[in-house]
Amino acid sequence: MAKEKKGVRLDHISKIYRDPKTGKEFYAVHDTTLEIAPGAFVTLLGPSGCGKTTTLRMIAGFESPDEGEIYLGGEPINALTPNKRDTAMVFQSYALLPHYNIFDNVAYGLKLRKMDKETIRKKVLDILALVGLEGMEGRMTNQLSDGQQQRVALARALVIEPGVLLFDEPLSNLDAKLRVTMRTEIRRIQQEAGITAVYVTHDQSEAMALSDEIIIMEKGVVSQIGSPQEVYYRPKNEFVADFIGDANFLRGKFVRRDGQNAVVNVNGVEVLASGAENAAAGAETVIVLRPETSVLSDEGYFPVKVIVSSFMGAYQLYHVMLGDNKLIIHEYAPQGKKIYAMGETAYLRFAPENAHCI
Amino acid sequence: MARSQSEELDRKKLMADPIMVTTIAVLIAFLTLFILYPLAILLVDSFYGGGGFTLDTFRRVLAMPNFRVAITNTLRAGFLVGILSTAVGLLFAYVEVYVRVGKFVGGLFQVVSMLPVVSPPFVLSLSMIMLFGKAGLITRFLLGIYDNNVYGFWGIVIVQTLTFFPVCYMMMKGLLKNIDPSLEEAARDMGASRMGVFVTVTLPLLLPGLGNAFLVTFIESIADFANPMIIGGSYDTLATTIYLQITGAYDKEGAAAMAVVLLCITLVMFAVQKYWLEAKTAATLTGKASRGRMLIEDRSVTVPLTALCSLAALFVIVMYICVPIGALFPTWGHKFTPLTFKWFGQVFGRYHGLQAFRDSFVLSLISAPITALLSMIISYLVVKRKFKARGFIEAVSMLAMAVPGTVLGVGYIRGYSGGLFHSAQWPVFADGGALHGLFPKGLMGGIYGSAAILIIVFVVRSLPTGTRSGISALRQIDKSIEESAYDMGADSFTVFMTVTLPLIKDSFLSGLVTAFVRSITAISAIILLVTPQFLLITVQINEFAEKGSYSIACAFATILILITYGSVLLMNVAIRFFGTSRAFKEGE
Repeated sequence: MAKEKKGVRLDHISKIYRDPKTGKEFYAVHDTTLEIAPGAFVTLLGPSGCGKTTTLRMIAGFESPDEGEIYLGGEPINALTPNKRDTAMVFQSYALLPHYNIFDNVAYGLKLRKMDKETIRKKVLDILALVGLEGMEGRMTNQLSDGQQQRVALARALVIEPGVLLFDEPLSNLDAKLRVTMRTEIRRIQQEAGITAVYVTHDQSEAMALSDEIIIMEKGVVSQIGSPQEVYYRPKNEFVADFIGDANFLRGKFVRRDGQNAVVNVNGVEVLASGAENAAAGAETVIVLRPETSVLSDEGYFPVKVIVSSFMGAYQLYHVMLGDNKLIIHEYAPQGKKIYAMGETAYLRFAPENAHCI
Repeated sequence: MARSQSEELDRKKLMADPIMVTTIAVLIAFLTLFILYPLAILLVDSFYGGGGFTLDTFRRVLAMPNFRVAITNTLRAGFLVGILSTAVGLLFAYVEVYVRVGKFVGGLFQVVSMLPVVSPPFVLSLSMIMLFGKAGLITRFLLGIYDNNVYGFWGIVIVQTLTFFPVCYMMMKGLLKNIDPSLEEAARDMGASRMGVFVTVTLPLLLPGLGNAFLVTFIESIADFANPMIIGGSYDTLATTIYLQITGAYDKEGAAAMAVVLLCITLVMFAVQKYWLEAKTAATLTGKASRGRMLIEDRSVTVPLTALCSLAALFVIVMYICVPIGALFPTWGHKFTPLTFKWFGQVFGRYHGLQAFRDSFVLSLISAPITALLSMIISYLVVKRKFKARGFIEAVSMLAMAVPGTVLGVGYIRGYSGGLFHSAQWPVFADGGALHGLFPKGLMGGIYGSAAILIIVFVVRSLPTGTRSGISALRQIDKSIEESAYDMGADSFTVFMTVTLPLIKDSFLSGLVTAFVRSITAISAIILLVTPQFLLITVQINEFAEKGSYSIACAFATILILITYGSVLLMNVAIRFFGTSRAFKEGE
């Protein structure tokens, strides 16, 4: 797989669909500009209907953009049909050719490239070894488990050495355990093959585990682009904060800067938070608190009323009320710590670096 | 918002695929030339006269008493046949899906659903006459009735009902199987009787489906030519009246106007059936049954229902058996022993049987693969591709389904023996014209009377059935399987040949045989177009039945049934050995 890695660039891409019921046109993807570096693993993440699959299918060539231009390795590819594009897709339903055995499925793209038999044989067996399917080449696709079918689909896409590998929710048909195994595998194989990958999913933990960079989309628009850490710890807006992991929101007004920290007035109490570098005094702001970094104790910023307190094994789960705002708190490794019971009042504490202003 | 860029890009992508573009262009040309053009020419013929637009032709034919009678005759027969076929079909389907029946009865059902597929259209008319006619085996020899008249309204209704109810039976069976048994169990559980469940749950769910089946048979009955021709007697229907108008009275304009009337009736009903009832059926019965149904074992229900169906089934089977046996009796109605092959001898000796079989066989054999391939290509384009002309291709293919054979036949006569492509109207093709030497009969005029036009008619007549089964087969295949091949670097043609066609091989093979069987048993359009140098079996049967030579007609029909039955058997063997392998079918 010594072939040149290619980057992908989307330049102000839009796609318009017509709602079949109302006949109204709407933007499935709106004015999206992206730069995917060669060799990177990038995930398009978002709820269903956010335009992530449409974006992927535009890169593959199955859909044509209504505005903008797509570049692959610097070349504009808008007018190219899918078979002329240097991309290969791994489909959600695997889409293996059911009338061929594993070998012929993987060899399909190579045969179209008119390679000689010996080369094809070698390449196919090599790639099957890479995905962990040695000795399976003679089987029919329906004799494989779901996970194995997914590996064949991956091998088939890898073997033609595309400039970019595209994944369309490839793990969503697998059961939970297998999903975790397969995502580690996909990451390993992508790194070994050193190939650019664009991966579509609605599963945030999958996106976190796999990606160099996550692109979060909402209603056809890119919400945030960043590394898994960036989008988790420094979400740009409430949608991203809520979509990636669990989040509590505290609404308040920015007061002033205090060194590295921002001072924010929440319910009349001044708390220390991070972010809000350019906020003006008096500006409305929202603090994002992750459940595992908020702490209940006998003293802190605010008194809160515990309404749920359950032991979950790894952590103690609390639901607490701050006024009429419900917050969720995970107290990890609860053994030996003070546990608050339902109905008790406790105080909420958090460190400034764990309270991100958006 | 403007979608112009994506439309432009889609067009560019399509143009980058020359095989696709050529295929689409050829298809559009074919559909326009052989479906739209002949129908358009009928409109021109019937509305154009004396140098301009006129309604005179319509006034003239509508003033003909026999035409007005034919309209009411056709609608009366069609209405009753529709109701009876739907009722009998529902009974059969209900018994099969709801009632525990023995192996023997189950086998009977299978045979009954198979028979109409493999038999020529007028077999039942023949046996009806031979069993119940003036010299009928049952009427005269069993019951001693000497003057029973089977010709006319009731003859048509009985024969058409027996011919078309298996179609309703298969449709109803599909629907009943889709009803979730828990709906009925819930009604039972709340205290409804079995009859109550049927009336309040099953029947309302089926209602659109029943309407659908009724209209499908109604259209079939109206379009039917062969049965009214043989058993109609003086009860003329639209199809036979049009036929007589053009072959007897040589009134081409009049026939064209009549054909337009018939076409309008079938089109309206087809539109209602296709766009209203079919959608409603799909809306009420979407779900698959979640699990098996508890079959009714109560003897007070099973015994009468099973007995009724078995009797009906046996009756149908006797009707069919009557034809080969009729061909073996020395003289039907007078002398029954010893059985003889003399009629078969006469078929081949005196009546050019060999040529008739050769002509029918060869022409059908040529048209079958063309039909099968065309219908698979159309289904592929309609289901899997998006392009501007897709709507046109789909609509015209569907339109062909609603066009009665007689109408198409008249359209072809008018379109290809005269009309646009005839030399006389275009100076360059006329005597002394620039292109006269190349096309002495005009651009397409030469195909009239040739084998080509017969083959084209066979193709056009079988295309809708093939397309419909191709479309439903393709809808079952996950779109991304073809996309993946496309994505790997295959062009459309390669995708079609290496992925689509192998996956619908069963459908293709059965489409091949269906096209062959439909062609070799076709009569309605072909009888208008066949010229004396071709002898076709169905036309021969019709001729001998008209003359009253039932034994010869039976001998012809028997051999035809053997050919069609043989090819269906062959198809089943072919599907078992070359069809989609069992290995991957189970995996789906």
